[in-house]
Amino acid sequence: MTDARPDPDRLLERLKQADAQAQRGKLKIFFGASAGVGKTYAMLSAARQLQQQGVDVVIGVIETHGRVETEALVTGLERLPLAAVSYRDRTLREFDLDAALARKPKLILVDELAHSNVPGSRHPKRWQDVEELLDAGIDVWSAMNVQHLESLNDVVSGITGIRVWETVPDRVFDETDEVVIVDLPPDDLLQRLKEGKVYLPQQAERAVRNFFRKGNLIALRELALRRTADRVDDEMLQYRRNLTVAPVWQTREALLLCIGPDERSEKIVRSTARLAAQLDVPWHCIFIETPQVRHLTEAVRQRVLKVLKLAQDAGATTATPTGTLLATTIVRYAHEHNLSRVVLGRDTGRLPRPWHKTLAAAVGEQGTDLDVIQIALPATEHGRRPSPPAPAGGDDADATKRNAWLPYVWSAAICAAVTLLTAPLQAVLELANIVMVLLLAVVIVALRFGRGPAVMAAFLSVAAFDFFCVPPRFSFNVSDAQYLLTFAVMLVVALVIGQLTAGLKFQARVATLREERVSALYEMSRDLSGALMAEQVAEIAARFLQSEFGARAGLMVADLQDRVAEPLTLPIMPAGIDPGVAQWAFDHAEPAGYGTDTLPGSPVLYLPLKAPMRLRGVLAIEPKDPARLAGPEQRRLLETCASLLAISLERIHYVDVAQGTTVQMESERLRNSLLAAISHDLRTPLAALVGMAQSLAMTQPPPTGAQVEIVEGIGEAAQRMNSLVNNLLDMARLQSGPVQLNRQWQPLEEVVGSALKAMSGTLDPKRVHVSLPEGLPLVNIDAVLIERVLCNLLENAAKYTPPGSAIEIGAATSSEHVIVTVDDHGPGLPKGREEAIFQKFERGRKESATSGVGLGLAISAAIVQAHGGTIRGETRPLGGARFTFEIPRGVPPSMDDAENIDEAVGDGHG
Amino acid sequence: MADSTPKVLVVEDEVEIRRFVRMSLELDGFDVYEADGVKRGLIEAGTRHPDLVILDLGLPDGDGVDLIRDLRAWSDVPVLVLSARTSEEDKIGALDAGADDYLIKPFGAGELLARVRAHLRRRSSGVVDGSSVIEFGDVKIDLKRRSVERSGQALHLTPIEYRLLTHLVAHPHCVLTHRQVLNAVWGSNHSEDTHYVRVYMGHLRKKIEVDPSQPRYLITETGIGYRFVP
Repeated sequence: MTDARPDPDRLLERLKQADAQAQRGKLKIFFGASAGVGKTYAMLSAARQLQQQGVDVVIGVIETHGRVETEALVTGLERLPLAAVSYRDRTLREFDLDAALARKPKLILVDELAHSNVPGSRHPKRWQDVEELLDAGIDVWSAMNVQHLESLNDVVSGITGIRVWETVPDRVFDETDEVVIVDLPPDDLLQRLKEGKVYLPQQAERAVRNFFRKGNLIALRELALRRTADRVDDEMLQYRRNLTVAPVWQTREALLLCIGPDERSEKIVRSTARLAAQLDVPWHCIFIETPQVRHLTEAVRQRVLKVLKLAQDAGATTATPTGTLLATTIVRYAHEHNLSRVVLGRDTGRLPRPWHKTLAAAVGEQGTDLDVIQIALPATEHGRRPSPPAPAGGDDADATKRNAWLPYVWSAAICAAVTLLTAPLQAVLELANIVMVLLLAVVIVALRFGRGPAVMAAFLSVAAFDFFCVPPRFSFNVSDAQYLLTFAVMLVVALVIGQLTAGLKFQARVATLREERVSALYEMSRDLSGALMAEQVAEIAARFLQSEFGARAGLMVADLQDRVAEPLTLPIMPAGIDPGVAQWAFDHAEPAGYGTDTLPGSPVLYLPLKAPMRLRGVLAIEPKDPARLAGPEQRRLLETCASLLAISLERIHYVDVAQGTTVQMESERLRNSLLAAISHDLRTPLAALVGMAQSLAMTQPPPTGAQVEIVEGIGEAAQRMNSLVNNLLDMARLQSGPVQLNRQWQPLEEVVGSALKAMSGTLDPKRVHVSLPEGLPLVNIDAVLIERVLCNLLENAAKYTPPGSAIEIGAATSSEHVIVTVDDHGPGLPKGREEAIFQKFERGRKESATSGVGLGLAISAAIVQAHGGTIRGETRPLGGARFTFEIPRGVPPSMDDAENIDEAVGDGHG
Repeated sequence: MADSTPKVLVVEDEVEIRRFVRMSLELDGFDVYEADGVKRGLIEAGTRHPDLVILDLGLPDGDGVDLIRDLRAWSDVPVLVLSARTSEEDKIGALDAGADDYLIKPFGAGELLARVRAHLRRRSSGVVDGSSVIEFGDVKIDLKRRSVERSGQALHLTPIEYRLLTHLVAHPHCVLTHRQVLNAVWGSNHSEDTHYVRVYMGHLRKKIEVDPSQPRYLITETGIGYRFVP
C-alpha cells in the first residue's frame, strides 16, 4: 500500500504557516458578484452579532451609500473617524490607518478592499492598509466584488464592457482566511435595482445600467461562485494535506512566460497567472533585452517594467536576461531555472507568413524537452502601429525622439565624407577597392551607431557608389548590367556586415556593463571587508550608489533597542530623509518609499539592511534618475548591495563586541591570579590559628570565663576569615579558566543530604524541610560543587530570614532539566535586583548588619553555569525568596547490570 | 586507651600546625612523636611503632601517599590524613593507598581528638573478628543468620544491599571510596559504575535511616565515598 508518512518539507511549511497565522490577524472577505448584492449589509449584521457576544468590533470605514437598512445597522457600533487628506486643494476623507493601529481592536471592518487611496496616503491601495492591520494582529473583515480580482479583471471587462481600475491581487484573495460569498440571484438583484435599492454613481448611470443586464449578472455570478469554489477546492486540498501529506513527491512543473514590449502583454500575464494558479505551480516572467529593444521609447520601457511589476505582484519571479536571439535566450533561461513549460503569446491579428518561423516554433525546435503553450493575443486595436504616444511628461520622450535621429544624420554624414574622400582616388584605384572603402564606412557606422544607421549607411553607400563611381558618373543609370550584380552583392555584404558588427557591439556593450557592475560590487565588497567603522561603510555605500546609479545615499544604523539612528553624516546626502519612514521600513523589514508599495510618492527609497542575525539599519537612496532604479536587474544589484552593507555592519558590531570581551577577559585573568595567590598564602596561618584557639581552650588549668570568651572570639573570627578566603579561592578557581568538573551520575538526595550535614554547624537542621519527589532521575553533576551551591543557597536563606522560620528544598523535572528550588520565608529579594545578586560583591540590601561579601551566589551561579544550567532568584507571590537552579538531565546510565556481581567476589562478608 | 599510653606519630611540615596537633594530643594524654617529611616519618614509624599516624599529604620531600604505601607493606596502623579542602583526588589517592580517614584543614582540636579516639577504639575492640551480631541504633545485623532487623522487625534487603551494608559496617569510622565499595560489593569488572553504589546507598538509607535525607549512620563523604558511623 501507499506509504502514508508525511513529507517533512510539507510538515515544516505547515508549521511555519501555523506559526505565522497565530500572530497575524485573520482576514474575512465578503465576496459578491456585483455591487448591490448586500455585502456591506451581511458584514454589518455579522459584526453586530459578534459585538453582542462581547467582541471588540470597530468600523474602520463603511460605505452605506445612504441606504436606510444599512445605516440602521451602523448605529451602535463604534466608528473610527475618517482622516482628512488634502489633495489638489480639496480635502478628501480617507480611512485612518494610524488611528486603527492605535485603537487596536480585536476586529475592524474595512469596506471596499479594492479601493485606491488618495495620493499621499501611506499605501496606494486599501488592501495594503489591510495587510498592515493584519500584521499588527488585528482581525479584518472586508468586502469586494469579483470584478476587482486582478486575474479576472479583463475577463469581467470583456463580459461587461466596463473596465474597473481598482483591483486586488489574487494573492490577497487566496491567502484570505475566510471568504463568505454573498449571493443574490440576478432577478432579485434587478428587482432591487428597480426599487432603487442599489447605489449607482450619478455620472456613469448609463454605463452602469448597461452593466446590470441580466446576461452580465448571470456571467458575473458564475465567475464569483466558481472562483469561490476554486478556493474551497484549495482549502480541501490543504485540509487533506494537513491530515496526511500526499505520499508521492510531485515535481513542480513551473511556467516560463516571455513577454514583449507589446501593450497586450498585460493580458498574457493575467492569463498565465491564472494558469499558474490553476496548476498550482510557480512561474517566471521574463522580458528579453535584445538589440532591437534598445531603441524602444522611454514610455514603452516604462510599460514593460509595469507589466513585469504586475507579474511580480501576481507571484512571478521576474528577470530581464540579455540575448540577441529570443528563442535561444528563452530556452537557455528555462533550462537554467528548471522550468518545463514556456508560455508565449500567439498573434492572431497578423496574417500567416510561411517564410517567417514563429517564436513558438523556434523555441519548440531548440528546446525539445520544453512544452510550449500559446496564449491567443487579441488583434491590436490600431493595426500594427507600434506604440501609443507617450503620455504625460512628453518632454523627455520628445528629447529621446530628437536624439534618435542624430545617429542617422551622422550615418549620412560619414557616408558623404567617405564618398568625398574616394572622389580624388578614383583615378588611382580600381572600383572594387572603392567598394571596400565604402564597406568600411558601413562598418564604422555600425560600430558607432548600431543597426538602423548601419542599414541606412548600406543603402547610402550603394547609392553613392552608383552615382559617383559607376559610369556613367553622376547618374543612377548603369552602363554595364554587370554592375547590378555588384550593387546587389555590395548591398547584401554591407547589410550583413553592418548587422553583425552592430550585434557584436551590442553584446560587447552589455558584457562591459555587466562586468563594470560586477567589478563595482567586487570593489565595494573589498572595501567593505576593510571597514572597521559604520561611518566607513556609509561612505563606501554612498560612493558605490553614486557611481552605479547616480544616486545619493544615506546610511542609518539601528541601535540595540531597534531604533534607527540619524543618518551618518556624509559629504553628499539625500535631502529629504524621513526618519519615520526609515523606522517603518526597519520595523516591517520591507522596503518603503520611492517605487514601493509604501509611500511610493516619496523621492527617497528606504531599504532595510537584513543581516543573518538581525536587521542592522536602513539604506536611504535618492535617485537622480528614477528610471535607473526600476529594472529587475538594478533592483537585484541594489539588494545585493544592501545585504553586503548589512553583513558589514553586523561584522563591525561583532568586532566591537569581541574587542570589549578581550579587554574584559585580560583584566579578569589578572585579578584572578592575584586572588589565588593571596588566598593560598592566607590559608595556612589560618588553619593554625583555628586549631590553636581551640587548643588554648583545653589548656590546664582551665581558662577563666573572660579567657574562654577571648578564645572563642579568636576561633570564630578565624573561622569567618577562613570561609571568606575559601570563597575568594573558589571564585578565583572558577574564573581563572574553564572549570574542571568531576561529573558523576548520582541521586540528588545524596547531595542534598551532605549539604545539610555540612551546614549543620550554622543552620538548625530542623528548619529545613526536604521534599524530593519519588523517582527523580540520576543527575550528572560534580557533587562537591553542587553541594557548595546548595550550601550557599542555604547559608543565604539562613542569613536573610528570621531565625527559626522554615526553609524548603524541593525538586522537579522538566523534559530537559532537573529543577531544584530553595524557598525561604524572609523578606524576599529586593525588587529589580534579582539578577544583580548573582554578580560578584553584590548583596541584597544596601545597609545590612549581616556579614558576608556576597560571593556565595556568584560562586553558585558560576558552578551552575559550568554544568550547563541556569540559576535565578525571585520573590514568591506569597512572600519569601525562591532560588531555582536547573541542571540538564542528559541520559542517565542504565542500572540493568546492578544486581549482577562478579563471580570472583563470591560471598565476601557473611 | 587502657594499659599503656597510646603513641601517635604526626608527620607535618608546617610548624604551627604540628605544634597545635601535638599540644592537643598531649593534653589528652597521648605520647606524640613528630616528623617533618616522608623519610623522617618512615623512620619514626619503624622505630616508635605508633598506634596511629597523622599525616599531611603535602610534604616537602615527597608524596604522603608513598609513605602510606610503604607503611601498609608492614603495618595496619590507622592512618589519618590531613588535607586541603579542594583536593578530592589527593584524598581518594591516599584512601585507596590505605589511609583510613581524613581531616580537612582547618580543623578544630575537638574534631581531631574525636577521630583519633574512634580509630584507636576500633583497633582495640576488633569488631570484625569477634561477635557475629552487630548493633547500632535500632538496627541489628546477625552475620551468621544473614538477617537484618530494625526495631525487632525483620528488614528485607536484597543480596546486594546486604553485602553493601555488611561491608560498610565492617569498617566503622573508616572512609571507603566509591571504588573500594564497588570492588568489594560488585567486583572489579564494575569499577566504572560508581552510580550503582550511590543508588543502592539510597535504597539502604531508606530502609535503615530515620531521615534518609539527613542520614545518621551511613554518612556521605561528598566526592569521595562513604563512612559508617555506629
